[in-house]
Amino acid sequence: MLGKIWVVMVVFSLFCALFSQKTSELSSAVSAGASQGIELVLSIGGMIMLWSGVMEIMKRSGLSEKLARLLTPLLRFLFPSARKDDGVMSDIASNVTANLLGLGNAATPAGIRAAQGLYRLGGSEYATNDLCMLVVINTASLQLIPTTVAAIRASLGAAAPFDIIPAVWFASAVSQCVGIVCAALFSKFRRKSPL
Amino acid sequence: MNSFSSLIVPLILTFIGLYGIYRKVDIYDALVAGATEGLATVAKIAPSVVALFVAIHMLRASGALEFICSLLSPIASFSGLPPENLPLALLRPLSGSAALAIGRDIMANTGADSFPGRIAAVMLGASETTFYTIAVYFGALRLKGTRHAIPAALAADLAGFVASALAVKIFFA
Repeated sequence: MLGKIWVVMVVFSLFCALFSQKTSELSSAVSAGASQGIELVLSIGGMIMLWSGVMEIMKRSGLSEKLARLLTPLLRFLFPSARKDDGVMSDIASNVTANLLGLGNAATPAGIRAAQGLYRLGGSEYATNDLCMLVVINTASLQLIPTTVAAIRASLGAAAPFDIIPAVWFASAVSQCVGIVCAALFSKFRRKSPL
Repeated sequence: MNSFSSLIVPLILTFIGLYGIYRKVDIYDALVAGATEGLATVAKIAPSVVALFVAIHMLRASGALEFICSLLSPIASFSGLPPENLPLALLRPLSGSAALAIGRDIMANTGADSFPGRIAAVMLGASETTFYTIAVYFGALRLKGTRHAIPAALAADLAGFVASALAVKIFFA
């Protein structure tokens, strides 16, 4: 899928370059793009490593578990089918907490365990409402500190790389709320005829 | 507002560090162990970021990106997003690396503290790679249908993008 998109982008660029006679710019863009790609990785790499370390402190000090417990009442409301199953509920809580802290590495395994748990509880070959809710919550961002973006902003000379945090929180909250409301609404329309 | 957001990160670091000491965590060991894991993440994303950065750069240099933006500008005025940000909205749900590449390209081209530059940053920070996430979660199960998951997830993305432009207007007017 991504491979095809990549080829489409390259071919489309070639056509546009031929049309607008920018072929020399195009060929220098290939090498410039590759070197700037690895520069980008390096400029966000330090921040990713630092925060992974900080989050490890949160994990070992029990802070992330505390956060997970704080979220449980809300999650019990969003996932009615998992209310009676403490194991699935705790997988959902650790998935959501890891997402909040920007720990993609920890969020995915917990999320998959939660998805398997919800699948088992649902007993259907189609995605249940709660399973759709879990996926929608995971596809809309939850991250509290947008570290990667801040690192890119810093590398490009932004005056205050983290000053976008309130805006990111606002946009994430809107996206998350719309996702949750749509998941709840659409589940009613498609109750009888699953896609 | 500005001094508040510049304090968030130092305050969080201070709090986590002090709490770790209070709970007798070996802080340095945890930092290094976590950073080692982080390094693995960096190594994992590097190849796809480089590959997609080349493609995005080619799109920019050939004028293709400008052409796409001009095609999309009617939608742009409708959504409140500047036309520069629309290619990011299109690629964001498909590929995290492509989104990083185009997001950085927008910020570099318009300036990190410009209106479209800030919106690009907020869009990146406030969204996920929707289709990848869906593939990972549903791929782990044997489902016959995903029902309303994809429409609801895309609605959330769209709302997040429109809200990004709105948020930058509100917080940086």
